[in-house]
Amino acid sequence: MIHKRVIPCLLLRQGGLVKTRKFSEPQYIGDPVNAIRIFNDKEVDELMVLDITASKEGNAPDFGLIEEFAGECFMPLTYGGGICEVAQARQLFASGVEKICLQTAILDDLSLVSRLSDQFGSQSILISVDLKKNRFGKHQLYSASRGKTLFKDWRSFIQQAVLAGAGEIVLNAVDRDGMMEGMDLELIEKAAASVSVPIIAMGGAGSMSDIKAAVDAGASAVAAGAFFVFHGPHRAVLITYPRYEQIKEVLGS
Amino acid sequence: MISILNYGMGNLASIKNMLKKVGVSAEIIENAKEVDEAQALIIPGVGKFDNAMQSIKIMGLHDALNKAALERKIPILGICLGMQLMTRSSEEGKLSGLGWIEADCRLIKVNRKNFKIPHMGWNTIEIQKVNPYFDGNFTEHRFYFVHSYSAHCDSSADILTTTQYAGEFVSAFSSGNLVGVQFHPEKSHKFGASFFRCFAEEHKLFH
Repeated sequence: MIHKRVIPCLLLRQGGLVKTRKFSEPQYIGDPVNAIRIFNDKEVDELMVLDITASKEGNAPDFGLIEEFAGECFMPLTYGGGICEVAQARQLFASGVEKICLQTAILDDLSLVSRLSDQFGSQSILISVDLKKNRFGKHQLYSASRGKTLFKDWRSFIQQAVLAGAGEIVLNAVDRDGMMEGMDLELIEKAAASVSVPIIAMGGAGSMSDIKAAVDAGASAVAAGAFFVFHGPHRAVLITYPRYEQIKEVLGS
Repeated sequence: MISILNYGMGNLASIKNMLKKVGVSAEIIENAKEVDEAQALIIPGVGKFDNAMQSIKIMGLHDALNKAALERKIPILGICLGMQLMTRSSEEGKLSGLGWIEADCRLIKVNRKNFKIPHMGWNTIEIQKVNPYFDGNFTEHRFYFVHSYSAHCDSSADILTTTQYAGEFVSAFSSGNLVGVQFHPEKSHKFGASFFRCFAEEHKLFH
């Protein structure tokens, strides 16, 4: 039987891997190709690589590097960062990427989602939303590339994105990012109740029981960064991934 | 040598990567003449049924494919949508399929909550007939799936493996020289590598 997916998410910054806390303090982790090779050997369910500076700096995806990643991935690979044209998506798919993840380019206009899903199928088009709590504890859409919150209802935004053809929603809780103190279950529940497509929950996983709680709250998959690249209280870099038997035991089927 | 058909609908690079890892030489082909010369063929497929059939027709591949499958009887492996094209039809589209396997594709029925469409992620298979494609040394075979439709075979003799997802569906079929798999062996770690290795060994494609 199928189990929910557990997905390492790697953050790319100027060609190197970093891990952030609440979207700041990027700590250098290492060489991406090396890390991807290790994750491949550990037989991860899927892998996600997000370039966190591409859109901010107005750069296109680093196609050469991504092709190198894809050559090391014998599991599905999702790439996000700097994608704003159909031609870029085509090049990414041709180089061996299975899914692409959109954010900055679609915050104001979802037509790119429609054009991409018509051509490549919804299953390969993900959108990611970053959500930050305001001082009243209300979740607001946040744009990291613009460094500000947006005043539109996040739930109707993801619903519109699904109507436009998004196949999965990456739901990232900014306040939980890198903290390894548990995921935002209330947020996950709301998102799962709002759309029919899979929710990939991200932000805060620090243990398998955190992942289990997210799945129980309605996530179809859980992505995590710090949990898979840090070890111990001093955040020493060590790449790990639970054994299949362990995932099966915790998440059941 | 194995030829991967490029008709604009597939993840060719991923398949080529996996074959390289396994040690099978592969080429990407895209016209009828090359199909006529192929000694074994992979039909990949990501996308919609009608778009794929239309593309096969527009590119003038239909006759060459029929000849390869039914007259020359070369080994042909259909992956995901490529598998579905080997059947007569799909609920996803209006066009006829290649019709090599007596089967039709239907939308997966989900009755219970918690089951989403598409069926996406890793799942196991249950082997339904003796075959050379799945290494008996694995206690369990796991593969990556992404699909909303699945094949329903007329004859249970064609069913190679089944998988559970809100019920049971045919996750692989085979008939003579033809094999179709609903999962993505090119994205299924050692299980996928082993599948390609077995396929290549069975059809003597290691050179």
